[in-house]
Amino acid sequence: MDPQRCDPPPRPPRRHASVAAIALAALVAAATADTGEPSAPWPERLQDTGLYDADGRIAPGLLEYSPQYPLWTDGAVKRRWISLPAGSVIDASDPDAWQFPTGTRAWKQFSSGRPLETRVIERGADGRWRFAAYVWNEAGTEALLAPEAGVTLTGVPGMPGGRYRVPSRADCVACHEAGPATLLGFSTLQLSSDRDPLAPHATPAPAGSLLPDLAARGWLSGLPAGLVAVPPRIEGRTPEERAALGWLHGNCGHCHNARGPLASLGLVLARPSAGARPERPLPVGLMLARLRSTNPFTRMPPAGVQVADHEAIALVERGLAGSRHVTEEKHP
Amino acid sequence: MNLALLSPKSPVLTALALQVAIALTAPAALADDADRAAAPAQATGAQLERGRYLVTTSGCHDCHTPWKMGAQGPEPDMSRMLSGHPQDVVMPPAPRLPDGPWVATIGATNTAWSGPWGTSFTANLTPDRETGLGRWTLENFREAIRTGRHMGRGRPILPPMPYPMYKHMTDEDLAAIFAYLQTVPAIENRVPDPLPPSEQVAESR
Repeated sequence: MDPQRCDPPPRPPRRHASVAAIALAALVAAATADTGEPSAPWPERLQDTGLYDADGRIAPGLLEYSPQYPLWTDGAVKRRWISLPAGSVIDASDPDAWQFPTGTRAWKQFSSGRPLETRVIERGADGRWRFAAYVWNEAGTEALLAPEAGVTLTGVPGMPGGRYRVPSRADCVACHEAGPATLLGFSTLQLSSDRDPLAPHATPAPAGSLLPDLAARGWLSGLPAGLVAVPPRIEGRTPEERAALGWLHGNCGHCHNARGPLASLGLVLARPSAGARPERPLPVGLMLARLRSTNPFTRMPPAGVQVADHEAIALVERGLAGSRHVTEEKHP
Repeated sequence: MNLALLSPKSPVLTALALQVAIALTAPAALADDADRAAAPAQATGAQLERGRYLVTTSGCHDCHTPWKMGAQGPEPDMSRMLSGHPQDVVMPPAPRLPDGPWVATIGATNTAWSGPWGTSFTANLTPDRETGLGRWTLENFREAIRTGRHMGRGRPILPPMPYPMYKHMTDEDLAAIFAYLQTVPAIENRVPDPLPPSEQVAESR
């Protein structure tokens, strides 16, 4: 893999390109994709990304955090850390689209009995975010940079069919750059101190990682004072509706939101920090069908899931049952 | 997802590519644009003409306009121009092919394809809001072609769609194609979802 690889400059197609030639090349190259890879290469070893100190412990200054509505990834266990350059702050004046300073890095480690993969996201000097994944050896002693196209691990205990998919960098972009915030899970709502006790698969918030803590340590600039005084929470008719909307926020809202490229679909599952309920009824039947589908071409989410999160789907069905959320759906 | 089946080094894929290449050497269709709707306000005449030119010379009609049997053989049914696999043509499961270099099956309309990736049905590219590209933005279209994902975010776009070539088109050309597609007659046609390999095969006879 060459992290500095770039595609040739775009050119118009030949005027009378052979359809046969096009189809041939399409089939041969169907598994490749652009990644928008920036110029600076990632280090080959995870330990050189700043996650660990010289003794192999999590580096001082990093903050471990845990979103209250975590993303389902086939039951893998996850831990997350973030670092900000010294003296820098997050512009939180838009509470649903925090702007992170240049040099921000975050890591997410996926485990199933042993560490499998650690993903890294960084905001570069040009303002763009870049992504990488590191794959752990079976002994759990070292993680090396994954191929740009991703890789599928086999024989992994606890994963469906023993398979675990490390995403391509294009996969990273597909989910992370589909809304107003690229760094997901580190946000006003996800770090609220009013944690949802019914949130599926949530883990306790590490010490010092919630909104008041971030404000106290001076990490946040411009966060509306009301959101510190009154912790944000999703408004629901019932506790189950709150948790169902929260799960949809954490698992679907990064693409299905009102501010990203899929706003044209009119399906808004991201919840604002202000706690308003959905402005329009949600097509619950269609959503449940997509969430339960065993067809990998129609299942939602379209990446990162081999086995549906049945516990959460049951919660969505109960929490959003009846009332105003069911709309007429033309297409299951 | 089943993209592992599409490894560029796969012998299956190579054989498939050869067969599809042969199948697609039929004469390319040309669009009859006489009935197209008025241009959107923001599109220029030159841009629309460029888009029409690219759509008609880049093979879009070959798969996205259903074919019918005419006096001279198969020909595109321009009454269904660019509307994708017809919803009223319900395909039976694709036949199981014996092991060997023949690995793909194509429906008579040229809009349904079955191979190692599963079964794919060509999309409705007309501006119908519910079944076509009517809700899509230029960004959705451009990102779909650039990434090979539905709307640039969702499921993989499947063979035989040659997005790996089209993704090298310029932003201007992709904008011209999208602008033109938004002016063709809207046709309500709900294309079926693609099927994974495990759900597509019927026993051979």
